[in-house]
Amino acid sequence: MAISSQPRLLSDTASRCLIGAIALMLVVVPVLNLLVPADSALHLSSYWVSLLGKYLCLALLALALDLVWGYAGILSLGHGAFFALGGYAMGMYLMRQIGERGVYGHPVLPDFMVFLNWQELPWYWYGFDSFLFAALMIVLVPGALAFAFGWFAFRSRVTGVYLSIITQALTFALMLAFFRNDMGFGGNNGLTDFKDILGFSLAAEGTKSALFVASGVALIGGYLLCRRVVTSRLGRVLVAVREAESRTRFLGYRVEYYKLFVFVLSAMLAGIAGALYVPQVGIINPGEFAPLASIEIVVWVAVGGRGYLYGAIVGALLVNYGKTWFTGAFPEIWLFLLGGLFVVSTLFLPRGVVGLLQKRRPRQPPPPSRHVSAQAEEGAR
Amino acid sequence: MIYTPVFGAFMKLLFALFLAIAAVGSSAVVSAAAADSSFESTAVALGTASFREKQALVERLAAFEDPRVPQLLAALLAGDLYRDTASGALFVGKEAPALLVASGAATAPSGKLRKVITNNSLRSALRPLLAATRLRDADAHVRLQAARTLIGEVPQALAPTLVAVIAEEQRPEVRRALRTALATLQLADADAAVRSDAVRVLADNNDKQILTLLEQRARQEQDPEVMAALTEAIASLQAREKWFAFLGDLFFGLSLGSVLLLAAVGLAITFGVMGVINMAHGEMIMLGAYTTYVVQLMMPDHIALSLVVAVPAAFVVSGLVGIAIERGVIRFLYGRPLETLLATFGISLVLQQLVRTIFSPLNKSVITPDWLSGSWQINGMLSLTYNRLYIILFALAVLVTLVGLLRKTPIGLQMRAVTQNRAMASSMGIRTGRVDALTFGLGSGIAGIAGVALSQLTNVGPNLGQSYIIDSFLVVVFGGVGNLFGTFVAAMSLGVVTKFAEPLVGAVLAKILILVFVILFIQRRPRGLFALKGRFVED
Repeated sequence: MAISSQPRLLSDTASRCLIGAIALMLVVVPVLNLLVPADSALHLSSYWVSLLGKYLCLALLALALDLVWGYAGILSLGHGAFFALGGYAMGMYLMRQIGERGVYGHPVLPDFMVFLNWQELPWYWYGFDSFLFAALMIVLVPGALAFAFGWFAFRSRVTGVYLSIITQALTFALMLAFFRNDMGFGGNNGLTDFKDILGFSLAAEGTKSALFVASGVALIGGYLLCRRVVTSRLGRVLVAVREAESRTRFLGYRVEYYKLFVFVLSAMLAGIAGALYVPQVGIINPGEFAPLASIEIVVWVAVGGRGYLYGAIVGALLVNYGKTWFTGAFPEIWLFLLGGLFVVSTLFLPRGVVGLLQKRRPRQPPPPSRHVSAQAEEGAR
Repeated sequence: MIYTPVFGAFMKLLFALFLAIAAVGSSAVVSAAAADSSFESTAVALGTASFREKQALVERLAAFEDPRVPQLLAALLAGDLYRDTASGALFVGKEAPALLVASGAATAPSGKLRKVITNNSLRSALRPLLAATRLRDADAHVRLQAARTLIGEVPQALAPTLVAVIAEEQRPEVRRALRTALATLQLADADAAVRSDAVRVLADNNDKQILTLLEQRARQEQDPEVMAALTEAIASLQAREKWFAFLGDLFFGLSLGSVLLLAAVGLAITFGVMGVINMAHGEMIMLGAYTTYVVQLMMPDHIALSLVVAVPAAFVVSGLVGIAIERGVIRFLYGRPLETLLATFGISLVLQQLVRTIFSPLNKSVITPDWLSGSWQINGMLSLTYNRLYIILFALAVLVTLVGLLRKTPIGLQMRAVTQNRAMASSMGIRTGRVDALTFGLGSGIAGIAGVALSQLTNVGPNLGQSYIIDSFLVVVFGGVGNLFGTFVAAMSLGVVTKFAEPLVGAVLAKILILVFVILFIQRRPRGLFALKGRFVED
């Protein structure tokens, strides 16, 4: 799992395979959807295009989490909050685009504000009619929250489980806040009824394919960026932090700044994922802030394999496809399966599906965190 | 239909005739009763009178010295008085009618039983009348209740009776209540001196109702001296009302804190003492609540006892599930807290879904026994509900038992030994695996007990545990991990702060603010309120 001891060739092959597969999807899916006639057996419906686009966004989210969890050892149980904030920023842009086509036909105010008898737009909604501003907010808002949170948390050395629990409390608090009507984000119902993005109708097949391609491009870009980070010197320091935080600090590294950097970067990636997710599913509501939603992200990464980056992507795609299939076919056993997945992946698949595939290679050392940190724990007891 | 003036006039005439007949008929009843003014005839007249006539009749009835008067008025007030349509005799109760006032020779109902109906204004007239009949009751408690009922509702006619009763009354608290009742009447007296006295008597009472009466009087008072007394009395009553409202809020806050304490104290064992992050802790609480539900299903005739049975049952159920989880999963994950967190979270999902499958996703209603409902009226300004009072006591009892178990028993000693130094404990011959399982079972079992208590306060549904898990963790972390006293202080202070913040900013915002506060607090003091010191602090 540690980068330094991992054969470069293997991981590069894996990267190449993964990027190749996604790039292939980016070409094949729109072609099957747009060019192949609808009555052909090979035709892919728009439903599937949006669904696959959704998976890619979630994969980007899982990637963002793997960056902090897999490399810096920060188990964030609140990454859904950054995802949802990015989604809300996009949702606000899309709401402003509706204009007079809303149910109440108000030129400026979104429907829910008219319904709540608001007279004017709250100040924090200003600027969201511009896509550029919204795009900026999609990375800045989650980034700023992650910065503020990380600044306090990492400097006061809140680590491990404590950090996990307060990230969970953070997303829980945000969920309660966004459920309130007077927050100005649509309360319980969230933001929905979007019409178009950048002038293109969201209902059009072309737009759906374009969003799908955008998600894929974002995923590839995010992957390359994360890869760049973890193979750099900074990435090695992060692994050192994960394995022995105090020791790294004693060596003279300002651990909190490394963690802060990677946490903010990860939050921004999660925000982008959320922003691409919202136009494809057509709604954003406070449910995205639910602690369960955040913890599900962790299970994608755990199933795929933590600390490989591509493992997170594989895990997200696998689990989400499974979720779609099971909630359709056997809705009542999905939670049994998800719960079982948590237990099985932690007990029997400490390195995830990706680790399973690599098992036959003798040179691959077992994940160091398991033994080292276990011994460290035992020693401390 | 063709409406002609002639036809209209005809209808009016008919209507007037009808009214006249009705009036003659009813006045005949009253006058017949007046002529023969014995208790029996007045009471029997009640059976057929109109609402307005009943009002006059009950006032006359109250004046009789007959021992049946209180019974009659009480039955009428409770809607339990029935008239035999054949004989006109009055009975109490419908299922097993007991003869109250006979009419003629009949002692058993010969015709149909018809309820003697009342309306709101009649009932509010009945209450003081009934109370007045009980002012000379042999039981001091009944007299006190009667006097309290009269406060603010004394009919003018009763004033001389009250003065006489006050002179006879021996018990000081009853006399006080009587004087207060009389004073509420004297507040409107023509004599200014009497009014001033009344105000002074009333100022001594802690009662919201009296505050309202005084405020009403202040609005129409002319005399400056009485007005001064009124202003002073109102100010002092308002100050006391504030104080009691504060006490009430404090009590409510403590009860909220006790709920938190109950939810968190099991976690303080599993997380605080063992260091296991048990995300399925909330589901242990839920299992306890469902155990209560099942126990009540099994003993529907003994609801009052059901909670007493449910407490050990829930402890056993949740404890066994906890032991199974520890032996099945957690044991393999010691030293890997993040993995433990994920695995137990998975277990919590499975348990929730299991309950949904077995019991349906809908909330179940758990019955509250009688001894838990109602409230303890301390005075007119402060009342404590029994369920909240009991939950405070229960939480304290659980905490004390737990501390005793850990400090004073051999198994508690072993538990502490294993958590402090596993290797050393093991070499001293302690079976650490067994102790781990038992400790985890203990923490889970206590969560189950918390579930019994929570089933009385909130809805019992599959999501019951989820809503407490974050709060519980925050309480444990806030109080300082591994410190039961810290957990206690943290739970109580969070409960009280929540209660006092709620009216200021609203319930949801208060919750958010508390979360933010605890998050910030943990940043400042990562080891909680009462941090452990020593070498096992660093992990």
